Amino acid sequence: MTHSIQVKDLTLNFGAMSVLKNMNIDVAEGEFIVLLGPSGCGKSTLLNCLAGLLDITDGEIWIKGKNVTWAEPSDRGIGMVFQSYALYPQMTVRGNLSFGLKNAKMPKAEIDKRVARAAEILQIEPLLDRKPAALSGGQRQRVAIGRALVRDVDVFLFDEPLSNLDAKLRSELRVEIKRLHSRLNNTMVYVTHDQIEALTLADRIAVMRGGIIQQLAAPQEIYNRPSNLFVAGFIGSPSMNFLHGATVDGGAAFQFAGSKISLAGYEGGAILERSKAILGLRPEHLHIQDHAEPGLTIPAEVEIDEPMGADSLVWLEAEGGLQMSVRVPVERRMASGTKVHLKVDISKASIFDTGTEQRV
Amino acid sequence: MADATVNGPHANAAVSPRGAKPTRRLSGRNIMIYGTLAVVCLYYLLPLWVMVMTSLKGMPEVRLGNIFAPPLEMTFQPWVKAWAEACTGLNCDGLSRGFWNSVRITVPSVIVSIFVASVNGYALINWRFKGSEVFFTILIFGSFIPYQVMLYPMVVMLRELGLYGSLTGLVLVHTIFGMPILTLLFRNYFASMPEELFKAARVDGAGFWRIYFHIMLPMSLPIFVVALILQVTGIWNDFLFGVVFISKAENYPMTVQLNNIVNSVQGVKEYNVNMAATMLTGLVPLIIYFISGKLFVRGIAAGAVKG
Repeated sequence: MTHSIQVKDLTLNFGAMSVLKNMNIDVAEGEFIVLLGPSGCGKSTLLNCLAGLLDITDGEIWIKGKNVTWAEPSDRGIGMVFQSYALYPQMTVRGNLSFGLKNAKMPKAEIDKRVARAAEILQIEPLLDRKPAALSGGQRQRVAIGRALVRDVDVFLFDEPLSNLDAKLRSELRVEIKRLHSRLNNTMVYVTHDQIEALTLADRIAVMRGGIIQQLAAPQEIYNRPSNLFVAGFIGSPSMNFLHGATVDGGAAFQFAGSKISLAGYEGGAILERSKAILGLRPEHLHIQDHAEPGLTIPAEVEIDEPMGADSLVWLEAEGGLQMSVRVPVERRMASGTKVHLKVDISKASIFDTGTEQRV
Repeated sequence: MADATVNGPHANAAVSPRGAKPTRRLSGRNIMIYGTLAVVCLYYLLPLWVMVMTSLKGMPEVRLGNIFAPPLEMTFQPWVKAWAEACTGLNCDGLSRGFWNSVRITVPSVIVSIFVASVNGYALINWRFKGSEVFFTILIFGSFIPYQVMLYPMVVMLRELGLYGSLTGLVLVHTIFGMPILTLLFRNYFASMPEELFKAARVDGAGFWRIYFHIMLPMSLPIFVVALILQVTGIWNDFLFGVVFISKAENYPMTVQLNNIVNSVQGVKEYNVNMAATMLTGLVPLIIYFISGKLFVRGIAAGAVKG
């Protein structure tokens, strides 16, 4: 496995404020990495550092085996797609696509060839002589992708490229970006705050907060085994249910209010006995049933159910007034006030230490 | 009931008004508004009327003193005299000399100051360097210092440079004095342009000048028009710098020459010639306003959005 991008101990300070802290990422060739996080977590900043649009304070950036820490953006072998498309308004689509190539003093024949190829891949051939103002949002974003495409680079950087589009167009273009990736097999680094985009597109997701990567792993790994409380709460909609309690019996059970849940079958490290711990359960890893099973269920009372088309969300109140959500098949309607028992699938659960907030 | 529902829309259509909204032209309110406007217009236009009328009269008619009356015998002689024959000092070739001096001062000053200021503004926003904010603050501070304070030091500086009294020196002075406000203008305009556009151009391998000429310039026509109008009118109408920094009468700009014609104490006061000369001097800014008024308003509005 060869490395396409290597970030070594990258640190960025704006004055006294530390924006990115000692970051290390290795991206394999052809890999699709998504940087995911809430606003202000530094994900776009990191992308700008990779592009060379921001000078970093410390560390190194290597792209394709070359140290490009201080190289100009255009010399790094990257193409970038921006949230606002950033098309040059006074140039036609063709002018937009060829501007970078003209700057590189490429012969005209080669420019025409590349523009034609990019236009063909993105199906924007009929638009080549239009100005950006005469294009729809989706078409504009296609042109913006085309501008990165003509550069024939190894690394694509996407800065929230779909955020300005409406929901339908967003899902269409999402699929198209995925198709583009499988066709070109470039390395792609993609910044987003939308977890659906992250989960569907990424080979690996880097979840960021406060300038620190919280977890860098495959989407399923992130979803099933979040490394800490923040990742667990950030990924998944609705969020994971968090039960605050303690691990007892030498780590064999979880004590939550009046219930004791057996932890047999938990996939993770040694649980040990902790006076304060959090049990994280995703809505789809709970099952509603009407009878109690000691060590496996939690009693709860139905508040409302929300049919969502494909499935239904049931909101319940568990012991101690805790709000919980459970995903059920849509046919199953629950009347408000029904007393039920929630069966826990402990093999899919996560336990966090309350102090360190790390997964056990 | 069903009928009512079916007929509903048609019934509404019959009631709803068609065509343009009727207005009462002669309401009391309108009379007040237009009346006031007419009076104000008259007030501002009257001097112009007097000037035009006087400039078209011969001296005997001017002496009659009916300043509002139209000329009985219309003559363009005062205009010809103002342009080509009026005397200032030893030169008797009229305002034409001053006009060409003013052109020689205004054109280079406007071009140089706008070019430098726009590059300044572009660099201050898009290519921030250490201390760029401090630099900008100092530059802006310059616009708060009264001109009079800087006159004498400026004269000394020009003398040391060997430019005192020359048109080049005056061009330099105008360029420098226009810099703070123009830089502010351009900086704010460029600040309102999306930053990602600049980033995209950098990824595309465009450098400082290529981005300036190919991306920034084509997008900022309105602000260039604003700067053009500000500078042309400001420099053309300037009197103070013209008097202070030009030492030889033959190099005086049009405004200074106009003053010398109008305020000459020898001989007869030729009011008709004075009026014609004044209007000739004011013509250039007036033409600029008429041509670019629309763009001017648009540019001012665009620059005002973000600071």
